[in-house]
Amino acid sequence: MAADRPNPVTPQLLAGFGAAVLFAAVVPHLVSDFTSFQFTQAMAYGIALLGLNILTGYNGQFSIGHSAFYAVGAYTAAILLYHFEWNHYATLPVAALVAFAVGFLFGLPALRLEGLYLALATFAFAVATPQLLKFDAFEHWTGGVQGLFVPKPEPLIEGLSADQSLYYVTLAVMVFLMIVAWCLLHSRSGRAIMAIRDNPIAASTMGINTALYKTTTFGISAMYTGIAGALSVFVTEFVAPDAFNFFLAVNLLVGSVVGGIVSIPGVIFGGLFLVFVPNFAQDISRAYPFVPPPWAIFGIFLILAIYFVPFGVWGAVERGFAWWKRKSAAGR
Amino acid sequence: MDLFLQLTLAGLAIGSIYSCVALAVVMIYQATDHFNFAQGEMAMFSTYVAWTLVGLGAPVWLAFLLAVGISFLAGVIIERVIVKPVENAPVLNQVIVFIGLLVIFNAAAGWIWEFTIKPFPSLFPEDLGFKSTLIGPHHLGVIALTLGVLALVFAFFRFTRVGLAMRAAAANPDSARLVGISVGWMLALGWGLAASIGAVGGILVAPIVYLEPNMMAGVLLYGFAGALLGGVSSPGGAVLGGLVVGVLENWVGQYVPGGSELKLTFALILIVGVLVFKPAGLFGRVVVRRV
Repeated sequence: MAADRPNPVTPQLLAGFGAAVLFAAVVPHLVSDFTSFQFTQAMAYGIALLGLNILTGYNGQFSIGHSAFYAVGAYTAAILLYHFEWNHYATLPVAALVAFAVGFLFGLPALRLEGLYLALATFAFAVATPQLLKFDAFEHWTGGVQGLFVPKPEPLIEGLSADQSLYYVTLAVMVFLMIVAWCLLHSRSGRAIMAIRDNPIAASTMGINTALYKTTTFGISAMYTGIAGALSVFVTEFVAPDAFNFFLAVNLLVGSVVGGIVSIPGVIFGGLFLVFVPNFAQDISRAYPFVPPPWAIFGIFLILAIYFVPFGVWGAVERGFAWWKRKSAAGR
Repeated sequence: MDLFLQLTLAGLAIGSIYSCVALAVVMIYQATDHFNFAQGEMAMFSTYVAWTLVGLGAPVWLAFLLAVGISFLAGVIIERVIVKPVENAPVLNQVIVFIGLLVIFNAAAGWIWEFTIKPFPSLFPEDLGFKSTLIGPHHLGVIALTLGVLALVFAFFRFTRVGLAMRAAAANPDSARLVGISVGWMLALGWGLAASIGAVGGILVAPIVYLEPNMMAGVLLYGFAGALLGGVSSPGGAVLGGLVVGVLENWVGQYVPGGSELKLTFALILIVGVLVFKPAGLFGRVVVRRV
């Protein structure tokens, strides 16, 4: 099925991508600093979703514990900033490496676990993370229950506000990571990754080192999510254990499903959904007390999305585009 | 030595609650090959129902029985309405539906009953007619009641026609259908039973951990650990697994430095450890995959 592969390079795709990046580049000058700040958050989520999509959508491994890797990235950045006063952007590669290492190590036992068991193991990881972050022995480093406060990065270019500058950095990181993901999935390795999803036994018969690919994919996925976590620290200027609870993992899953789990561009829609829809839902349930709280709406939305649009926003766009092409070809 | 015995007995009590949750998880796993991640939140919701009934003036035992009955109906309805549409969907979709259920129950409980911690009355009298320094009356009652419930469940599956039909539907749905068993309704019944057993666990654990919407997160994790340790294809094993996990949890909390603060991490290590070293569990069947 074509929808299970990353989109091929077509002039339309390149033009659309270019237009989207250009549009994104003007946005901070059109909206308030607070809205830029929200978009930055959405892009940080988008990067995390990219990691989850590579793992689940393209490699067929489940994780309902990606909040843990988000926490690894966030805490790595926060500790380097707080205790060692590093430059903000220098912490990003370190956060990426640490998250990759943790993901790779977690991926090792995950190798023996098929679908549901992996979901279970990652579930346990997500539930245990906040408690681990509060642990007394690490309190000197992690700040315990209180967490750590870190400053916002200074603007890189004069004339930009701190929020605008951070927006551009996050945009650049996201675009870069999207291109990397796209190149990865289009390479020989990418075909191996997808072959493992489609039929693991056939893939290993073809000479693919299933174990190596699965753990590495887990590591890469964790790395993306860790980078997102580090960026989120710059945005919110704060880390605390309870921000990385199981509900963050659910959030990431929701975003991934909404955007389209087998897609790269869909993560933008997923990120936007995660930032703006809860606020919107909160406004509604404040105004009308009989409306259930945002989280319940989220859950209902998740189930309805799986019933009716399991391919997500980007899947719908692709299907619409294919339909339009068929129709115009038939009309000619 | 007294401390060791106290820990072990209390561990058996909390472990029998884990056994309930583990058994509920295993029942649904046997019938559908899925872990119900919402099992804990469903049990939590049932406990709130019982709490409301007590608040309305019902005696604790009546509230307990009513809540268990309501949970049964709710379990059947959830299977019929929410889970059935994704019966044949890919695993990911089903996992996501369970996560959706988890979130809905959690948020709904917080919305209806608020997030404040509530005390929950014990089902058992303070004074049992004798005194023991080794185990409290609630813990003793928990062990007795769960053993009773487990015996009932065992008898139901072993000695009734419906129980036999349910086992047949889980073991071989196609053949079961051919001999006239309504497999779909057996699944729904399984969900109902699992919800009831979970409710028993929730109501028994509430006096220990206090009632609040997130009270079952840890219990569910230990329930999963127990189910895996015993073997997800073996209900008896799951019960034993739950007991072992309960005792281990208490020992680790007392004798391992930092253990009391890292109880969830211990559950994580246990789950990953079992999955890596003995994926079928202690009493489970080893499943061989064919191309």
